[in-house]
Amino acid sequence: MIDFINLYLVPGLTIGSVYALGAVGISMIFGILRFAHFAHGDLMTIGGYGVLTAVWFIPIHPLLLLPFGIALAIVSALAVDQFFYKPLRRLPTIYTVIASFGVALIFRSLAQLFWSSGNQVFTSGVRMPVVLFDTFRISELHMQVIVLTLIIAIALHFFLTRSKLGRAMRAVSDEPELAAVAGLDTERVIRWTWVIGASMAATAGVFAGMDTSMHPNLGWNLLLAMFAAAVLGGIGKPMGAIAGGLIIGIAEETATFTWLSDEPLISPSYKSAVAFFIMVALLLFRPQGLFKGRLL
Amino acid sequence: MSALLSVKGLTAGYGGVPIIEGVNLDVAEHEISVIIGPNGAGKSTLLKTIFALTARSEGEITFAGKEISGLKTAQLVPLGISMVPQSRNVFPTLTVDENLDVGTYAAPPKDKEKVRENVLSLFPDLKGKLGQAAGELSGGQRQMVAMGRALMSEPKLLLLDEPTAGLSPAYLEIIFDLLLDVRKRGVTILMVEQNAKQALRIADNGHVLVSGKNFISGTGEALLNDDAVRRSFLGGAAA
Repeated sequence: MIDFINLYLVPGLTIGSVYALGAVGISMIFGILRFAHFAHGDLMTIGGYGVLTAVWFIPIHPLLLLPFGIALAIVSALAVDQFFYKPLRRLPTIYTVIASFGVALIFRSLAQLFWSSGNQVFTSGVRMPVVLFDTFRISELHMQVIVLTLIIAIALHFFLTRSKLGRAMRAVSDEPELAAVAGLDTERVIRWTWVIGASMAATAGVFAGMDTSMHPNLGWNLLLAMFAAAVLGGIGKPMGAIAGGLIIGIAEETATFTWLSDEPLISPSYKSAVAFFIMVALLLFRPQGLFKGRLL
Repeated sequence: MSALLSVKGLTAGYGGVPIIEGVNLDVAEHEISVIIGPNGAGKSTLLKTIFALTARSEGEITFAGKEISGLKTAQLVPLGISMVPQSRNVFPTLTVDENLDVGTYAAPPKDKEKVRENVLSLFPDLKGKLGQAAGELSGGQRQMVAMGRALMSEPKLLLLDEPTAGLSPAYLEIIFDLLLDVRKRGVTILMVEQNAKQALRIADNGHVLVSGKNFISGTGEALLNDDAVRRSFLGGAAA
């Protein structure tokens, strides 16, 4: 049981937090701009490299340098929206979806160009886990990731339900034409959607890069699971995306636990298939997701 | 009385094809004005063009003595114009209270709490449903939320596109009574309505639109008694 918590549940919550933060952006962008943003994983990568670069110049704890990664991701997201997505806004959304594939390739190529295609780490050396109550052995990073994600999720909930901007975002997501009739500034809402989506993506990118290592495919490799999380939570439901991310993360990790025999239930190399399986099953049987989101 | 809204020679449509052509219309302050006419006459298009939701190609619109023809919807709301669209007129996943709140964003009132109380006093039915998602309400209640949302910006002029469409006859009466209450509070109303006969009964003035052009205008009573109007648009029966 202790092994299950230390080696499966906590790592599951950690990768789930990464999925959750990425899925929030995917879900909000789908809700408000109505397209599947395939460059979101690469936006995570860009954010991760932003912090990695900051660490080279300011050698302190990478999480304290998060604002650098967030700023780089926000600037990148606003720029691609302005130059690639905005001109396509009035066309059928498939144009924007395809454009986001292009943007994903641009981000990845730029990452290779500026930061090389190899693996890079934020901090080197062995990190000892923290021992709690003489039984739980949890890495410091995993605790930080889970706690920070929890704080972000709570803040996001209050932002969306209590603040004027958050409510305006939900209004535009609900009925864009009525939002225009009510005199809301839709473009401002779109800009803030990118700011929030990119901030969370950058944070997720740093978490993922610190847990393993930074490489140009980091975000792209996580994209499928993040889409699965967004679908699981219900498209256009940011809090659903958080729940979806955590569930997918835990499902992936615990699927490799020795449930039935001494062997893992499924081989760890197949664990990303769990997210895919959950997504397909949901699209077939409950396409609106857990939180009654939009139908794809 | 001077006109609060004045429309002169308005032409508008979609993709270069005019739906309304050279339409003239005056709405005096504190009156209820109703636009009637057959399907496809351009009634909704006229309302949408006034509110800058459909592109105008010719003509001018003045509101409270100010030319507003070139302004965007988001600029018209702070000037004192609100609109309730015919369908999809609430934010379904937002609560009733949040729907009302969104109504204040484009033109924040000085005392939001007071405006909210005033609006809720018009729609007491909504008081017990403030925390409920607007999408879960009945059609009539949704119409009330939509009107409440539009009134939260304290408009001088309220544009309504078929406020009774799809409602039961019982709700139809309630909505028309509510419109009289709204007018009592100093709001001028311009609405498009399919239930022409009932609408003309509460209206001060009516405008009949046919094929995108002015056909006849007059007081509600005069139109109800006009033979041509009765034959063509009111089902022929005596008013």
